[in-house]
Amino acid sequence: MNVGRRKALQGTGGAAVLGLAMAAGLFRPGTAWAADWNKAAFDTKSLNDAVKAMGGAGAAESKDITITSPDIAENGAVVPFTIASKVPNTAAIAILVEKNPNILAANFDIPQGTEPWVNTRVKMGQTSNVIALVKTADGKFHYASKEVKVTLGGCGG
Amino acid sequence: MADPMKIRANMVGDKVEVKVLMSHEMETGQRKDAKGATIPAWFIQNVTATHNGKTVLSAEWGPAVAKNPFLSFRFAGGKPGDKVAITWTDNKGDKRTDEATIAA
Repeated sequence: MNVGRRKALQGTGGAAVLGLAMAAGLFRPGTAWAADWNKAAFDTKSLNDAVKAMGGAGAAESKDITITSPDIAENGAVVPFTIASKVPNTAAIAILVEKNPNILAANFDIPQGTEPWVNTRVKMGQTSNVIALVKTADGKFHYASKEVKVTLGGCGG
Repeated sequence: MADPMKIRANMVGDKVEVKVLMSHEMETGQRKDAKGATIPAWFIQNVTATHNGKTVLSAEWGPAVAKNPFLSFRFAGGKPGDKVAITWTDNKGDKRTDEATIAA
């Protein structure tokens, strides 16, 4: 007989306490917590799939996007990137690392009045192309890419 | 509750440059511990920055953002003395909001 289950069913506290804890938000499902987190896009492995998961058809290469980063990153766990976009009506900027387990690293929504410029730090498992993907207000995608060499990976144990 | 963020907001020309340093493990879910068990993913998923209640940046992050994330961005329409608030939410539902005053 499953004693633990018996005890819980007796209602001498176990089930009630668990119920209360759930209600108080102590136990929350680990997945899909944030409603506006695009899980499908973060699961993708290629630029095309990522663009599709973000609602686009495909991305065109653009010279109006600049990626500023070291050419060689000594430590793949912390690689600084500055992405600037001169594409008119830039609405979002995403950073993708081609050879990471999942390609999409971060996506920034740029509202009116905010400069299409972000600076952040990402992890890179190995030497890879890094893609800056820009979404315009009318739903078109543009990208630029740059190879960054990594001498020490950021995803190993 | 996680440690506070470090936020700096300064005027650069007519724009406000915000720099944020968050304190978070940003565990990828790819690593294994000494016993070979996978360490579960634990990372910030959403970041929102507001100025006078108006969103000036919102971001979705995956586990590939570096540990103790740094973020910098610039927006127009702010002036010294205004408040900038940053909120993050991680995949365990933990969240934190910190505020800074724009310096001249």
